[in-house]
Amino acid sequence: MSDVPSIFESGRPGRANAYFSNGHSLEEFLPKTVIRDELPLPENSELDVVRHFTRLAQRTFSIDSGFYPLGSCTMKYNPRINEAMAALPGFRDLHPFAPTDLCQGALAATYELQRLLSSIFGMAEFSLNPAAGAHAELAALLIAKAYFRDRGENRARTTVIVPDTAHGTNPASAAMVGYKVVSLKSDERGRVGVDVLKAALGPDTAVCMMTNPNTLGLFEDHILEIAAAVHAAGGLMYYDGANANALMGNTRPGDMGFDLMHLNLHKTFSIPHGGGGAGAGPIGVAEPFVKYLPTPIATRDERGTYRLDFDRPKSIGQMRSFWSNFAHVVRALTYIYANGAEGLKRISELAVLNANYLRVHVKEFLETPYDEPCRHEFVASAQKLKRETGVRALDIAKALLDRGYHAPTIYFPLLVPESLMIEPTETESKETLDGFIVALREIVETAKTDPEAITSAPVRTVVGRVDETRAARQPDLRWRPASG
Amino acid sequence: MYAPHTRADIEAMLGAIGVSSLEELLRVPDAIAFARSLDVPAALPETDLSLAISEYAARNRAATDYVSFLGAGAYRHYCPPVVMALAMRGEFLTAYTPYQPEVSQGYLQAIYEWQTYICLLTGLDVANASVYDGATALAEAAIMAVNATGRRAILVSSAVHPNYREVLRTYARGLDLDVDELPIATDGTTDLGTLEARLADKRYAAVALQSPNFFGCIDVPPAKARVAFESTGTVPIAVIAEALSLAALKPPAEWGAQIAVGEAQSFGNPLNFGGPYVGFIACTSEHVRRIPGRLVGRTLDNAGNVAYVLTLQAREQHIRREKATSNICTNQAHCALVATIYLAALGETGLRRAAALNLERANRMAERVSAIAGFSRVFAAPVFNEVVIRVPAGTSTERVLAALRDRRILGGLEIGCWYPELGDCLLMTATETTTDAEIDALVAALGEIAGGLDLVRIPERRGGR
Repeated sequence: MSDVPSIFESGRPGRANAYFSNGHSLEEFLPKTVIRDELPLPENSELDVVRHFTRLAQRTFSIDSGFYPLGSCTMKYNPRINEAMAALPGFRDLHPFAPTDLCQGALAATYELQRLLSSIFGMAEFSLNPAAGAHAELAALLIAKAYFRDRGENRARTTVIVPDTAHGTNPASAAMVGYKVVSLKSDERGRVGVDVLKAALGPDTAVCMMTNPNTLGLFEDHILEIAAAVHAAGGLMYYDGANANALMGNTRPGDMGFDLMHLNLHKTFSIPHGGGGAGAGPIGVAEPFVKYLPTPIATRDERGTYRLDFDRPKSIGQMRSFWSNFAHVVRALTYIYANGAEGLKRISELAVLNANYLRVHVKEFLETPYDEPCRHEFVASAQKLKRETGVRALDIAKALLDRGYHAPTIYFPLLVPESLMIEPTETESKETLDGFIVALREIVETAKTDPEAITSAPVRTVVGRVDETRAARQPDLRWRPASG
Repeated sequence: MYAPHTRADIEAMLGAIGVSSLEELLRVPDAIAFARSLDVPAALPETDLSLAISEYAARNRAATDYVSFLGAGAYRHYCPPVVMALAMRGEFLTAYTPYQPEVSQGYLQAIYEWQTYICLLTGLDVANASVYDGATALAEAAIMAVNATGRRAILVSSAVHPNYREVLRTYARGLDLDVDELPIATDGTTDLGTLEARLADKRYAAVALQSPNFFGCIDVPPAKARVAFESTGTVPIAVIAEALSLAALKPPAEWGAQIAVGEAQSFGNPLNFGGPYVGFIACTSEHVRRIPGRLVGRTLDNAGNVAYVLTLQAREQHIRREKATSNICTNQAHCALVATIYLAALGETGLRRAAALNLERANRMAERVSAIAGFSRVFAAPVFNEVVIRVPAGTSTERVLAALRDRRILGGLEIGCWYPELGDCLLMTATETTTDAEIDALVAALGEIAGGLDLVRIPERRGGR
């Protein structure tokens, strides 16, 4: 299929759209020395712009296009009522410096979401300031650092413990706060072993970062013992909320002994991922850490007036330009109201049901190294298939693309070789799951008889396998004219 | 609830799994089982849901019922409807990070085009796929400079947006970096009088300067500052909180900036009470392997066709874990897409016209307001679309804003909480969306306020600081 010419190759100078009047020159208001000489941006008719981006949209796989079982990313349906609500002029056109009494609705929505998240996850308070999950991890580790500074233990507590199943952001966030990372090897059950953990704990332990269920989709059933051991060593427990879609109404991080946590609103709370953002990463904390939360926090006084509270002397400070990814606050609140208490619980139950339904079928033709009921996702391995046929997890992923499915997350978590991490979410029907099982089974069977048919995939996509090595060795990161 | 399961589906699926109930599947140890009902209101059907959420929106009258002269890092601009019509297509809205390039060529190409636009606007070699916003872009740029130089202090102009400086300090506390500030000169630009002396001991990894700065003033260092940056190996960082200004002003690469960071909300993204917005980071090619976040590269597929892919991932957290250049994973792809479509629709002419209109509106507003007895422009430096106005001595910013509010006008931002010496000043913004009638209303209202004061006894005005 032919490629889409770059927007910089199309258009003609002078093909301007009539959005603005033309009565003034820059020279009327600025000294010549500060005015730019050229602004070499292409000029396209509005129709050409529409066709260009329509073609780009058509070359983009999305939840709306098909099943997207990308593990740990919770690619559930994004209800369109959320978009309609976020686009209400009262939200969309609201300036962040609007006077407090003229933005009570926005402050009330912020307060309400803080309160609902605190209750659903068993935390004392949430701040909606961080812009994404990794950003909230950074906030949490800054809180840990401030907490230990106040206790005079900051110099001693230098390490963060991270299981080998953890998301890559965990160790990267730890490094941004100057913590040394200790990686914990999972036990044969795919979980953190209490003895292994105890051996790693010491007076240098600052934080243990975990997600539960973990990225193998397994519930860390010894979580209370783990939390007790970390607390006994003087450390803090951090909950990575990337997998929170598995436990609403079933159990709460606060009850498992976690002190600090984040949520990815764009996962559990149905906010569109938008091609990689914007997300939103509220941070929740237990009572002793409330004073350290990033500012601002929405508050409500006895008279029912809402405010943004910046006057928090112990706060780690503000994490981003303004208060929250507020349009996402609206979307998440809409989603919670749409589902209600029973609905949220049901969402987690059905997410787990869908994952297990896939698991019991997938294990008929691929290894599942941890053969027990999973939560919202599970990990299969193509190691045996690779040994027998040469077909790898990557090849299976590409063959799925040819069959109209997005690939699972592959080669993560790192402890399972040739891993395929599959998370169906609750919004997929049994028929969709059945179709996926048929496609995956067919790929594995074909691999055994005609491996090349799989290793040459994809062949039905707009491009074939992309040369990533060339991309990295000869970086071409921006369009330039052919002569240049 | 958006799950499609019928009762029969659930029964069949439980049977296939070999368990008798959902409860059995989700069992957790008793000590942590949540036995109560969640403290969440009962589910609302969409008809009621829409009303309930609309009630929150209706209580934000600042957005709907008032003329606004607010700016300060968040700007009201005109966005042609075609931008959202395209950006809200489901393929863009509901895709995720393009980990599988063969089915994500469209989004990858759009981000490659975004990177190109940011390079063209800033004059720099490389731009990433976006970061959270302008403030976090500055913090990430500071970390790039620390990694490039091995130095552990940052020098930042006091005329950089106060929120950006606060975020820089938040990040700096994590890494135990020092942050020092440069003072402001009487004309509203950064006072660089001590720059050479301060850079001499090579303690600073970077110097961060914003233009237009927080006061709206064009604030670009002179040529001799560039000599000081180069001779001391200090990384100059340009901060641009109003991306539209790049359509009018010399690109920061021309004054020697090695990294340019900023906020591109102005390119088509709504105000949204502060987010999501979209930060950008551009740099010279020497810094490319230190740039945080996603990068899209153009390459070939196995048949030699042009293809796009996420590249140089060895910098990133999912590969490098604790050795990554940043912990950033999610960026602001959809906001960057909105900006890209906006830039494509406007083109050179549209963008220049929008910039000229911002200059014209803001200067007209400033001229007319400062012609009112008692009101004056504080700084002499040229501005882009906002200006600092001092209110008459017989009143206060609070009283002026309150009087304006009685006339349905939001008259700008008080800045005394960040700059106590400017406690009697307002930062007032006008863009291409500001109409003549709105400026007339503002001027009439301020004239009435001034008329009610006894201005005869006003003492001599103080200087700029």
